[in-house]
Amino acid sequence: MATQRYFRYPQPQSRLMTRTFSKRELILILLLALGGLVVLPGLNAFVPAASALHVSSFTLSVYGKYLTYAVLALGVNLLWGYTGILSLGQCLFFSLGGYALGMYLMLMIGKLGQYKTDIPDFMVFLEFVTKYPATGGLPPHWIPFKHFWFAAAMVVTVPAVVAYGFGWLAFRSRIKGVYFSILSQALTYAACLMFFRNDFTFGGNNGLTDFKFLLGYDINAPGTKRVLYLCSAGLLLLTYLFCRWLTSTKFGLIQRAIRDSENRVLFSGYATADFKLFVFVIAAIIAGLGGALFVPQVGIINPSEMSPEKSLEAVVWVAVGGRGNMLGPILGAIGINSLKSYATHAWAEEWPYILGFLFIFVTVFMPKGIIGLPAQLGEIKRRYRARQQPTAVPLAPENAPPVSSEGAGE
Amino acid sequence: MTTAIPSPNLSLAHSKEFILSLEGVNKTFDGFQAISDLNFYVDDGELRVIIGPNGAGKSTMLDIITGRTRPDTGKVEFKRDTDLTRLNEYQINRLGIGRKFQTPSVYIEHTVFENIWLSLEGSRSVWSTLFSRITPAQRERLQAVLTTVGLSDQAEWKAGRLSHGQKQWLEIGMLLAQNPKVLLVDEPAAGMTDEETHKTGELLHSLEGKHSIVVIEHDMTFVRQLARKVTVLHQGHVLCEGSVDEVQNNERVIEVYLGRKKKA
Repeated sequence: MATQRYFRYPQPQSRLMTRTFSKRELILILLLALGGLVVLPGLNAFVPAASALHVSSFTLSVYGKYLTYAVLALGVNLLWGYTGILSLGQCLFFSLGGYALGMYLMLMIGKLGQYKTDIPDFMVFLEFVTKYPATGGLPPHWIPFKHFWFAAAMVVTVPAVVAYGFGWLAFRSRIKGVYFSILSQALTYAACLMFFRNDFTFGGNNGLTDFKFLLGYDINAPGTKRVLYLCSAGLLLLTYLFCRWLTSTKFGLIQRAIRDSENRVLFSGYATADFKLFVFVIAAIIAGLGGALFVPQVGIINPSEMSPEKSLEAVVWVAVGGRGNMLGPILGAIGINSLKSYATHAWAEEWPYILGFLFIFVTVFMPKGIIGLPAQLGEIKRRYRARQQPTAVPLAPENAPPVSSEGAGE
Repeated sequence: MTTAIPSPNLSLAHSKEFILSLEGVNKTFDGFQAISDLNFYVDDGELRVIIGPNGAGKSTMLDIITGRTRPDTGKVEFKRDTDLTRLNEYQINRLGIGRKFQTPSVYIEHTVFENIWLSLEGSRSVWSTLFSRITPAQRERLQAVLTTVGLSDQAEWKAGRLSHGQKQWLEIGMLLAQNPKVLLVDEPAAGMTDEETHKTGELLHSLEGKHSIVVIEHDMTFVRQLARKVTVLHQGHVLCEGSVDEVQNNERVIEVYLGRKKKA
C-alpha cells in the first residue's frame, strides 16, 4: 500500500524514531476503511430492502453525519491533543463550511420553493427585493455562490481566513490556556448571534434548508445519499492520513513540544505563535470540510450549529474517545453520537446528565479516554503484581508518563 | 583578566571584547526594584559565575537578556552592536544566546534524541519543519552533543524517564545543539548529587573558550570548582566582582550573603 512509503520516517533504519504505522494499527484502519467505504454502502446499494442486512438510505445518511463529526473531532484533536490548544469554538468553522455549501444548495432550489421564485424563500418573505432591487432581491455576495466551484472554494477559504484573523490576534498577544478557550467560545457565540439576525442575509434563525439539487442530482435520491456518505468516509480517511503525516514530521514534534513546554520551544528559537497559528488554520479547514459534507446529508444548517454547546460537545467526543492519538477522537465522535441518537429517544430528559457524567468520569478516571483503556488496565495490573511482590524492581520513575510502551525499570 | 569592577569608561576602552553588556539597567515590578542601575559585562569566551541571595535579581537579569522582560531603562547589547531590548525571545535566541532554565524544562514525551534534534541549529520556519529530515552531518553533530552531556546510552529514552540530573544535562545538551555564542545557565546543579554536580562543573569547564558562559549558582562548593570570575548581585545591583577568594573575603559580601550563610 502506498501509505507505507508515504509515512516513512526520516530515518527508517533507526529505531530512534518509531512513528511509522504499527502492523496492528494498519490492519485496524484497513478493516475500518473496508467496513465504512465498501460494506456499509454495499449493503445499502445491493441488498434488497426486505433483507435483514439491508442498510436504509436514512441510516446511511445518519452514519454519514457521524463521519463528518469525526472529521471535526480530528481537527479538535490536532489542536487540543497534540498542541495543547483547547478551542471551544471549532463548530464555528464547521458551520461556516456548512453555510458556504448551503448557499450554493439554496440557489440550486430554483423555482421549486414555496414562492416559486428564483431567489430563496426567506429572501422573499423578508422582502429583500426592497433592499437589493438591482439583483431582484438576491444580496450581491450571494451571486457567485451559483457556481459550485466558488462555493467549494469558500468552504475552505472562509474558515481559514476567520481562523487566521482570530488566531493571529490571539497568538501574537500570547493568549493561552483557559483565556484562549474563553475567547474562542465568545467568538462562536458572537457569530451565532450575528447569524440569527435576519438582515445578516443568511436566513436568520431558520438557516438554510429545503435543498433540492446538488450538481444537478436530486439530493434526496438514494444514489446521491450514498455518494455523499462515501465522500464523508473518504474525507475522514484522508483527514486521518493527513493528520498522521503531519504529526509524524518534525512539525509534529514541535507541536507536542509546545504542548509540553512552550517556553523551551520559544527559547530555542521557534516562533511558537506561527506554529500555533498554522495548526489553528489547518484545524479550521478540516472543520469546514466536515461541515460542508454535513449540510447536504442533514438537509439544514442554522445558527444553532454555532452555539457554544455544540463546540463543547465536540471537545467531549475527543476527551471520551481519547485525545493525543488519531483513532480515539473518531471513536468518540461516532460512539457518543450513536449513543445520543439512541438515548435522546429512550431518555430524552436525562441525556444532558448522561453526557455530563460521562465527561466527568472519563476526565477523572480515564485521562487517555476509551482508546487508552487497554493500556491503563495493563498498568493497573502491573502495579497490582508489583504490590504482590514487594521485592520486585520498582516501576517507571515518577516522571514517566503513565502509559509507557514497555517496562520502564532499567 | 581584569578583576576590577568595570566602570562605564573602562567598558568603552574594551568595547570590542564584550559579547554581552548591560548598562544602567533598571526594572521595577509593582513598586519592587528588581534591578537597579545594573552594569554588567561579559567577555567573549569567558566563564562567569553570578551569585547573590534570593531576590537579588539574578533570574530577572537573565529574563532581561533573553527578552522575556523589558527593562524600564538602560542598554542591553549583544556584541556592542545589537540592541536586545527591541527583540523578542526567539529572535534573541537566533542571535546565539541560549538559556537553560532553573527547573529543567525538556520535552518529556519526546525521546532524548528528539529533544536534541529539535534544538539543533538550522532553519526555524514552519515550512522547513514540515519537510525537513535529519542529514548525516546533523546526525553526527547530534551524537557528538549526546556524548558531551553523557546521554548517548539514553538516546532512545523518553526524556520523562531521565533522572533530575540527567534532565539538567539534557537541557544543557539542547543548548549546545543550538551552538550558541552565549550560554546562560540558571542553577545547573540544583537538585543534583555531589557527583553529578562535579560532573556538571567539568562539563562547563570543557565548554569554556568555545562559548561565553554565564552561570547562576547558589552552591559555593560548586562555585569554587568553577573557580572563575564571580559577580555578586545584591538588590539588583553588582556588589562586587572578582575571584572566589576575593569575593568571599569582601566585607560587604560577607555582610549581605556569605556571612549569613556561614552563621547558619
